[in-house]
Amino acid sequence: MAQPMPQMAPQETPAPAEPVIRVRGLRNQFGSQVVHENLDLDVRKGEVLGIVGGSGSGKSVLLRTIIGLRRQQAGTVEIMGQNTDGLSARQEKNLRAQWGVLFQDGALFSSLTVAENIQVPLKEYTKLSTRLMDELTRVKVTMTGLPVESAVKFPSELSGGMRKRAGLARALALDPAILFLDEPTAGLDPIGAANFDQLIGTLKQSLGLTVFMVTHDLDSLIAICDRVAVLIDKKIVAGTIKELLQLDHPWIQEYFRGPRARAAFGE
Amino acid sequence: MAVAEQGALDIKRGTGQWLVVATGVWDISTVPMLDDTVRKIAPETGSKVRIDMSGIDKMDSAGAWVLFRLRQRLQDHGFDAEIEGIRPEHAGLFGHIIAGHDSPAIEKPKFRPILHMLDHLGRATFEVASEARDMLNFFGAICVAVGHVLVHPRRIKIVPVVSQMQQVGLNALPIIGLLSFLIGIVLAFQGADQLRRFGAEIYTVNLLGVSFLREIGILMTAIIIAGRSGSAFTAQIGTMKVNQEIDAMSALGLSPIQLLVLPRIMALSLALPLLGFYSDILGLVGGAIMSMFVLDISVTRFVEQLNGAVDMWTFWIGIIKAPFFAFVIAMIGCFNGLRVEGSAESVGIMTTKAVVQAIFLVIVLDAGFSILFSYLKI
Repeated sequence: MAQPMPQMAPQETPAPAEPVIRVRGLRNQFGSQVVHENLDLDVRKGEVLGIVGGSGSGKSVLLRTIIGLRRQQAGTVEIMGQNTDGLSARQEKNLRAQWGVLFQDGALFSSLTVAENIQVPLKEYTKLSTRLMDELTRVKVTMTGLPVESAVKFPSELSGGMRKRAGLARALALDPAILFLDEPTAGLDPIGAANFDQLIGTLKQSLGLTVFMVTHDLDSLIAICDRVAVLIDKKIVAGTIKELLQLDHPWIQEYFRGPRARAAFGE
Repeated sequence: MAVAEQGALDIKRGTGQWLVVATGVWDISTVPMLDDTVRKIAPETGSKVRIDMSGIDKMDSAGAWVLFRLRQRLQDHGFDAEIEGIRPEHAGLFGHIIAGHDSPAIEKPKFRPILHMLDHLGRATFEVASEARDMLNFFGAICVAVGHVLVHPRRIKIVPVVSQMQQVGLNALPIIGLLSFLIGIVLAFQGADQLRRFGAEIYTVNLLGVSFLREIGILMTAIIIAGRSGSAFTAQIGTMKVNQEIDAMSALGLSPIQLLVLPRIMALSLALPLLGFYSDILGLVGGAIMSMFVLDISVTRFVEQLNGAVDMWTFWIGIIKAPFFAFVIAMIGCFNGLRVEGSAESVGIMTTKAVVQAIFLVIVLDAGFSILFSYLKI
């Protein structure tokens, strides 16, 4: 991945290439509580962008706004050059086929087996024959490192790590260009979390994915993120970890210089 | 998408060597059209097959899989088949396909209808038996808790009992009042209609008084409360179970039965007789109003006739059943709440179960009381 130019605030200098996701002047509020105010964010093609921020700083709200589960009070969200406002139902559906979302605990449909879960988007968006659909399901299952036997199991029969992998397999069912991850390693043991990081890393490399990842996990940030976007004071500050370290905002300093961060950096 | 992108497959049949050239777009939208052709490729024995992928502009895992599967099938049939010209940007994707190819196919468990039915029957039988045992166990635990509270009366927490009474009693007044009133009207109207044929319209009052006080008032109230409060108990306790609040209580050395179950049972046992009385009164009021309009029976006449038709026992026979119904409804509600396992889905299942069981048991109990009272000749 190309190293981005030193760039602290994306709103001031234009990104080198057309970004995959472009958020401008976003405002989100619940009642009188403003979560995002005049927030700008660019996600570049082929990068893994990690979103960090304190609890309640609106990381998940940002993700939900970008994927259209929540309407913003002001501002625009453009995905692959298309403004998500004012799309026809058909355009919106086509756009949705371009991305996959992995929710926190997988959010698998509990009444369906893993294989059937993966086939939900395939059935909705494609005209595959049953035979080819079954074959592709197996491809996705093995791609995400799940044992094939687990494909006929129900989500309640799987461990947390396997549920996440199954959720990832469903998110990847349509070979999306963008992958949204909401705390993918939360609740996993360190080995499981490291494996999951590695999986995301290799899939991103081989499938050319752009990854938007909300996370709390410093190890993931260091292991696979090309850039990190920090949500502070209702806005985004983005850059590589090195660049962020040069800023002297107290939260960023504490976050990246705290004892856990030092341990993660191996200092 | 502006232009419909297409994938193409060109098969050059040479002697001893076949060349399969894939070009264009090979993704999930184009593969369904190409798949049949790929499956039908069958060169004569001994041919060398080359699959050329250098002309593919866009490929996703569906496209990669279909071409890889072709090579695999040909190789399995003894052909010398190779894939050539993979573009570097597709190499990673192809790597995933190759890495996963020797895993076995997904096998769906076979569905055998008769075996399935037997299996279901066996499980259901076993479940009913174990549920009955658990319920008996729960009943025992409640008795122990009640005994404990009787010995240490200070352990009774008044506030939760009163708060529950408000929820199950006071807040249920509008719906129970309205329904009782309407049933009173319907009963009076139907009774008058039938009895008029014998010139015995006045006995509508007897019909109304006896049936409402003995049976309908309390039975209907119990059924509404089973649906309204029994389900609420299951949902409340079930949600607490999902949130591990019950575990937290036990870990702190608090008894969920004493803190959650007993207040609900006490509250409902106190509230249901009162609700039954209220229902009786509103039912009779509804009947009286209907009698006034349809039968021209004045209120004074209605009260006189009612006085002759029912005595105190008619009323008590109805009300005496209320605490028993209340106990059953509250116990079933709490029991199913505590049986919730893990997921939110389970809360829904158990709530449904609680309502069905509670209504069933209330009616069975009512039938039991009828038999008992007929033996006692009251």
